[in-house]
Amino acid sequence: MKIHEYQAKVLLSQFGIPIPKGSVARTPEKARKAAEQVGGKVVIKAQIHAGGRGLVGGIKTAETPGDVEEIAKNLLETKLTTHQTGPEGLPVHTILVEEAVGVEREFYISILIDTSEKTPLAITSEAGGMGIEEVAAKSPEKIIKQHIDPVTGLLPYQARSLAYGMNLPQEHIRPATQIMAGMYKLFTEKDCSLVEINPLVITADGRLLALDAKVNIDDNAIPYHKDIAELRDISQEEPLEVDAAKIGVNYVKLDGDIGCMVNGAGLAMATMDFIKYEGGEPANFLDIGGGVTQEGVRDALKILLSDPKVQVAWINIFGGIVRCDLVARGILEALKEKGMKIPCVLRMHGTNVEEAINLLKESGPNIIFESDFTQAARKAVAVAKA
Amino acid sequence: MILVNENTKLVVQGITGREATFHTERCIEYGAKVVAGVTPGKGGIKWEGKIPVFNTVEKAVKETDANASLIFVPAAFASDAIMEAADSRIEVVVCITEFIPALQEVKWHQHLRGKKCWVIGPNCPGIISPPARCKIGIMPSDIFMPGKVGLMSRSGTLTYEFVYQLTEQGIGQCTCAGLGGDPLPGASFVDLLELFQADPETSAVVLIGEIGGTYEQDAAEFIKSKVTKPVIAFVAGATAPPGRRMGHAGAIITGSASKVSEKIKALRSAGVTVVENPAEIGLTTKKVLEERELL
Repeated sequence: MKIHEYQAKVLLSQFGIPIPKGSVARTPEKARKAAEQVGGKVVIKAQIHAGGRGLVGGIKTAETPGDVEEIAKNLLETKLTTHQTGPEGLPVHTILVEEAVGVEREFYISILIDTSEKTPLAITSEAGGMGIEEVAAKSPEKIIKQHIDPVTGLLPYQARSLAYGMNLPQEHIRPATQIMAGMYKLFTEKDCSLVEINPLVITADGRLLALDAKVNIDDNAIPYHKDIAELRDISQEEPLEVDAAKIGVNYVKLDGDIGCMVNGAGLAMATMDFIKYEGGEPANFLDIGGGVTQEGVRDALKILLSDPKVQVAWINIFGGIVRCDLVARGILEALKEKGMKIPCVLRMHGTNVEEAINLLKESGPNIIFESDFTQAARKAVAVAKA
Repeated sequence: MILVNENTKLVVQGITGREATFHTERCIEYGAKVVAGVTPGKGGIKWEGKIPVFNTVEKAVKETDANASLIFVPAAFASDAIMEAADSRIEVVVCITEFIPALQEVKWHQHLRGKKCWVIGPNCPGIISPPARCKIGIMPSDIFMPGKVGLMSRSGTLTYEFVYQLTEQGIGQCTCAGLGGDPLPGASFVDLLELFQADPETSAVVLIGEIGGTYEQDAAEFIKSKVTKPVIAFVAGATAPPGRRMGHAGAIITGSASKVSEKIKALRSAGVTVVENPAEIGLTTKKVLEERELL
C-alpha cells in the first residue's frame, strides 16, 4: 500500500527522524495559515501517490502566505499527470506546506527486502536526489549495501559503515546512524515494504533532514496495523479497483477493450498476454481467486462490465478448487442484474463443466462457447475488432 | 520423481479446518499416505474418525514417522508452522497459506538457513508425483498423468492449464511443483532444476515463470552450466503494467530485470525453448521430446 509523503514524514518523525517544519492543508485558506505558521519562504508540495511531481508543477516555492494561497487555489482539486500516474493523472486533495531549506548536499537511504538474499537490506548513496536505479546504472560504486540479520536487526557498525560510505562529514555520522536505526525500527514495527529518504540533505544551516520520503506498506500486513490501514487514500486509486478490493478479487484496469475474468493470477496474466499475442488489447487483469463464491463471481463480472471501454468479455476458467457451475451461476446472476449488452466468449474446463455450460446455454445468444484456448483468444479479438 | 514418492508420509498442519479437511480427503483419494494431523488443543482425537491428531508436529513425527507436512494454518501463524515442521525434522514442507507478511517470511528463511528442509510455497498449490500417486496440495487430480516430464511453476491455475495441455498430448509428468506466488518463496527454480537434472526418471523440465524478481534469470544461469536435459518455458505477464501487483504478492514489475522480455532473453540465451503462445506448451514440449528422441 502506498501512503502520501506527509504521512510518511509523520511516521519518520514518530521514529525520531528529523523532518522539515510544515503542515498539510486541504483548502487555500488552510494553506495560507500553514504558511504563516511555518514562516518565511515555503515549499508547496502536491500530495499524490506518484513520483515526478516536480516536473509537472506539483512542487512550488512561495515567498508570502498570500502567494501560497494563490498557488494552493490553482493546485488543489486539479489532477496531476506524471510518468508514474497513467494518462488520467491523480487528483490533488491535499498539499504539504513546508519550510524552504537551503540544500548543501543530497544523499540517499532506503530499507527494503532483498528477495534473493531473503533479508532486509539497507542501501545508502552519496548521490541523492535522483532515482536509485539511475545511480545504479551510472555510478554503481556510489551505492553501499548492508544485509540485515532479522534476528539482530541493523547493527551499529553496519549503520556506521553505511554512513561513512556516503562520505558524510564526521559531525553527521552519528545523527545519520540514528536516522538509520529509526528507519529500521519503522520498517519492522509497521511491516513496511520500503522506507526511503531521498534526498536526505545537509542544509545550509548544517542540519541533517529528511527532505522527501516514501514509505510503502506490505499489503499482507495491513490487517495487523489498524493505524496504518487508516492512512489509505482511495481517491488515489482506480474506483473499479477499490470496488474489486472490497469483494476480495484482484482487478487491475488497463487501456484495452477486451475484458477478461479468470481464476488464478498466472492464468489471468497468460490470458491477457494471449489477447495481445493475437493482436487485441486487454482491458483489465481480473483474478477471481480460488476461494471465490457465487456472489464474488457476480460482483467481479459486474465490475468488469462497468468499464465502458470493454467491447467483449472473455471468461477463462480452469475449474479445480473453483467449480465451473458455481462460476456459471455467478455469471447468470450478474446478467440478470446488469444484462449482457456485449458478447462474451466463454472457455471453461474442469470440475462440473457440463452442468455449467447447460446452465449458461439457456441464458441467451450473447455467450460464445469455445473450449479451445487458441480459438477462444481469436474469437475474443475478432469480436472486439468487428 | 523428486522430493516426494511412495515413501512420503504426510502430516497435515491445521487438519481440522474446513479447507484442510476438504483437501486432505482429496489427497488421500489420490493415494497420498496421510499419517497424522496437528491442531493445537485437539491432540488425541481422530480426524474424520481415521487419522490421529496431535498437539505438536514433534509428537506427530515421533508417533507416526511423518516426513512431509502440508500447512493450512492462517497467515498469522503460518511462518511459525513452517519453523515448527523444520525443527521437527520434517524434510519437505508444503505451505498453501497465502497473505503471510514478508517480514514473517524473512524470519522462517533465517531460521531454516543450513537446515535440511525443503519448503514448497508459501502461497502455492503444492507438489504432486503422478507415478507415485503422491499428492501434497490442492491441485485437481484428474488432469495429471504419470510420465517423465518435471514441471515447476510460480502459478497455480497456469500449472493446471499446462498440465492439461501436456496430458492432452500424451505427455505424462513425474513431479509437478507449484513454487508459489510470494516474493520470498522457499524452493526456487534453481533448487528444483538441480533435483530434476539428477533424477533418472525425469527426461525434460517445463518452467512456468512470471513477472517479478529474477528467479528466471537465476534459472537461466544455472541451466547454462549445469542442466543437460531440455527445458521448455513460459513467462506470464508480458502485458502487465509496471509497478502494479498482479494478484500474486511477488508478481510486480519493479525494475527492468523483473520484466518478461528480460526473463525470456536470459532463458533463450541458456538454450531454453521459450513458448510465447500459452496454448502451445503441450505441443512444443512434445516436439522437443521428439527431437531429442526422449519419447
